[in-house]
Amino acid sequence: MYSLSVLCALLALTPLALILYHTLSLGFSALNWDFFTKLPKPVGEPGGGMANAIVGTLILVGLGSLLGLPVGVFAGIYLSEMGRGKFATVLRFLTDVLNGIPSIVTGVVAYTLVVLPMKHFSAYAGGAALGILMIPTITRTTEEMMKTVPRAYREAALALGISQWKTTLRIVLRTALGGIVTGIMLALARAAGETAPLLFTSLNNRFWHTSLGQPIASLTVFIYNYGVSPFDDWIAQAWAGALVLMFLILLLSIAVRIATRSVHYER
Amino acid sequence: MTRHFEQHLQELRSRLIKMGSLAENSVNRSIQAVLNKDYELAKTIIEEDSRINEMEIEIDQSIIDALALQQPVASDLRLILAASKINNDLERIGDHGVNLAESALALRDKDLPESSLDDVKRMCQLTKRMVGDALDGFIHVDANLGEAVLLMDDSVDNLNRKITTELMEVMKSSPANIEQSLEMIRVSRNLERVADLATNIAEEVVFIAKARVVKHHAADHFSTNQNET
Amino acid sequence: MESILEIQEQQSKLKMTPAATPSSVLNNFVPVSDDHKIIARDINAYFGKVQALKNISLSIPGNSVVAIIGPSGCGKSTFLRSINRMHEIIPGSKITGSLTLDGQDIYQMDAVMVRKRIGMVFQKPNPFPTMSIFDNVAAGLKMNGMRRKAPLKEIVEKSLRQAALWDEVKDSLSKGGTSLSGGQQQRLCIARTLAVNPEVILMDEPASALDPISTSKIEELIYELKKQYTIVIVTHNMQQAARVSDFTAFFYLGQLIEYDETKAIFTNPHLKQTEDYITGRFG
Repeated sequence: MYSLSVLCALLALTPLALILYHTLSLGFSALNWDFFTKLPKPVGEPGGGMANAIVGTLILVGLGSLLGLPVGVFAGIYLSEMGRGKFATVLRFLTDVLNGIPSIVTGVVAYTLVVLPMKHFSAYAGGAALGILMIPTITRTTEEMMKTVPRAYREAALALGISQWKTTLRIVLRTALGGIVTGIMLALARAAGETAPLLFTSLNNRFWHTSLGQPIASLTVFIYNYGVSPFDDWIAQAWAGALVLMFLILLLSIAVRIATRSVHYER
Repeated sequence: MTRHFEQHLQELRSRLIKMGSLAENSVNRSIQAVLNKDYELAKTIIEEDSRINEMEIEIDQSIIDALALQQPVASDLRLILAASKINNDLERIGDHGVNLAESALALRDKDLPESSLDDVKRMCQLTKRMVGDALDGFIHVDANLGEAVLLMDDSVDNLNRKITTELMEVMKSSPANIEQSLEMIRVSRNLERVADLATNIAEEVVFIAKARVVKHHAADHFSTNQNET
Repeated sequence: MESILEIQEQQSKLKMTPAATPSSVLNNFVPVSDDHKIIARDINAYFGKVQALKNISLSIPGNSVVAIIGPSGCGKSTFLRSINRMHEIIPGSKITGSLTLDGQDIYQMDAVMVRKRIGMVFQKPNPFPTMSIFDNVAAGLKMNGMRRKAPLKEIVEKSLRQAALWDEVKDSLSKGGTSLSGGQQQRLCIARTLAVNPEVILMDEPASALDPISTSKIEELIYELKKQYTIVIVTHNMQQAARVSDFTAFFYLGQLIEYDETKAIFTNPHLKQTEDYITGRFG
C-alpha cells in the first residue's frame, strides 16, 4: 500500500518534472538581456525580445483582476455569510458551471460583448475575458475559506459589539485571507496562462501598445505564434517565453505568500 | 493570586479565636469569682454566656457554608473539621464557666474549706494554663503547645481525685461543712471537665498541624515517646 | 437522552410541587426589585418549532454573580445568549417575553449596542488568530472607530491587569494571541471583553476547557470582577457554581426549577428536584 502510494506520487510528479526540464533546457539558451528589453524583430532578423509581451501579460492579468477579484470575493462573501435559500443554490451551481466552461467560449463571449461594439480588438477585451475566467475560482475559494473560519470567531466579534459587516470583513475575511489568497493566486496563474480567449480579444501586437483600447501583446499568444512558426530562432524564443511565464507566476506566488504571512499568526 | 476562600478561612479562624478568648475569660473570671467570693462578677459571667452561644451558631453556619460551597480538601479540610469540634468544645467550656459562676454564688456566704484550698488553687492555675495554651496552639498552629497540654491533663485528673477524697473526709468528720464541701467538689469537677475540653482542643490542634490523631491513647503514646528520647 | 416517559414523569413531579402557581414564580426566592440589573419576564425561546425556554422569569441583582446550572440541553446557554441577543443570530430562532437592562427593554435597543453593554466570554477560548495580544484586547474599540494610540494603550493595559494577565504578557504584547496557553487565552478573552467596558459579563462555561489551575484562576477572577460588573455564568460544574456565585438558578427542560441564594441552594434547597440534581442523585 505504502509503496503503491509512493509510486503514484512519483508518477504524478513525472510530467511536471519533464515539463520543467524541457522548458529549462530549451528555453534557457534563448534567454538573454535583450529578451526582456527589446521588441520582437521581423522575420529573418536575428535577436530581439518579448518586452512588450511580458508587460502585456501583466497588464492583461491586472485588468482581469480588476474585474475578477472584487466580483469573485464579494460573491464568495455573499455565498458564505448570507447565502441561504434557492438563489444561493442556483448561484453556487452556475458558478460551478462557469468554472467548467472552456476558456475559448469565454473568449467568444468577450469578443461579442466587447470587441464587436468597439469594432476592434483591445486590451480591455482581453482583460474582460480573463476576469470572467477568474470569477468562479475566486468565488468558490472565498466561500469555502470563509466557511472554514470557526463560528466562535464570528460570535466573539459580534459579542464585542462589532457590527455584522465589520465582523465579516475585518474578522472573518481576514482570518480566511491566507486561503483566499491561495485561491486568487491559482486564478491569476490560470489567467496568465490562457491563450485561446486572448486570440479573440486582445489579439497580438508586435510593438509597444499605445493605449488599452488597442490590441496588446501577451506571452501566451507569442508562445503560440512563435511555437508554430517554421523558424528555429522563433521556436527557441517561444521556449524562453514559456520559461519567463513560469517564473513570473512563481515570483508572484512567493511575493503574495510573504506579504500575507506577516499578517497571519496561526501556529 | 490569593484564593478568596482564604478570606473565608481567615474569618473562621479569627471568629474561633474570639470565641476562645470569650470562653477562656469566662473560666478565668469565674475562678476569680469563686476564690474572691465576687457576687457581681459571677452574675456578669452568667449573663455574658449568651454571647458565646450566639457565636457558636455563627461559626456553625460559617463551617456549613465552607463545606457546601468550597469543597475544602487537605489542610483546609482538617482546619474546618477541627474548627467544628473546637467550636463545640468552646461552647461547653463557656457552660462550665457558668457552672463555676453558679458555685461562686452558692459559696458567697460560706467559708471555703481550708484543707483543700491550696489544691483547688493549683488546679485553677493548671486549668487556666491548659485552656490558654490550647488556644495559643490553635492561633499559632503550634503542635508543641498542643502536645504540652495533653501532658498536663493527668495532673488535673489526679488533683480532682485528691480534692474529692479529702472533701469526702471533711464531710464525714464535720457535717456542718457538707454544703460548702459539696460545692467545692462541684468546682473541682467543673475544672476537671474544662481541662478535658482543653485537652480535646489540644488534640485538634495537633490534628490541624500534623494531620495526626492523638486522641484516647494520646497520653500513653507521648509517655512512651518521651521514655525513648 | 431521556425517554418521553421520563420527561413526562419529571413534568408531573413539577406539577406536584405546591399550589397552582407557575413554577417560575413559585420557586423563585429572589424577589424582583426595580434596581436589579437585569430582569427577565416570561422568556420563551424557540429554535424553529422546538421550544428551548419556557416562561423564564429571573431577576439579576447588580454586582453579583449569578450561576445557572442544569443538565445539558436544559436551556441554560440559550437563556444566557438571549440576554445579549446572541440567540437571534441563529437562523430560525425566536424569542418572546421581556428582558430589561437597567429598566430598558433589551429587545427595543440596537443589538450592537446591547452587546457593547453586555459582554460575553465563551466556552472555548477564542482569541482572533490574525491578531496580536494587544490587538485582540483592542479589537472591540478599534473596530468601533477608536484610533488614538495613547488611550488604546491605556485601556489595553488596564483590561489585561483586570484579567490578571498583564504580568504574564506585558513583554510580548505583539505576539499572536493564539500563542498563549489555554488558560491565558481565556483570560485574554476576558480582557478583550473588559476593554469594551461592559456593565454585564456573560460567561458560557468559561473554564470547562481548562486545567484545574487555570480554572481556579478564572474563578478568582470572577470573584474580583463582581466588584465592578454583574456576572452571569453558565456552568455544568456545580462545585464551581457553589464557589463563585451569590445566586444560583437551576434549569431543567427549559424551565427554571429553583432560583435562590447559592448558600440556600447548596445547603437546603426547597425542591427535591434541585436536591437530587446537586447531590448527583438525578434521574
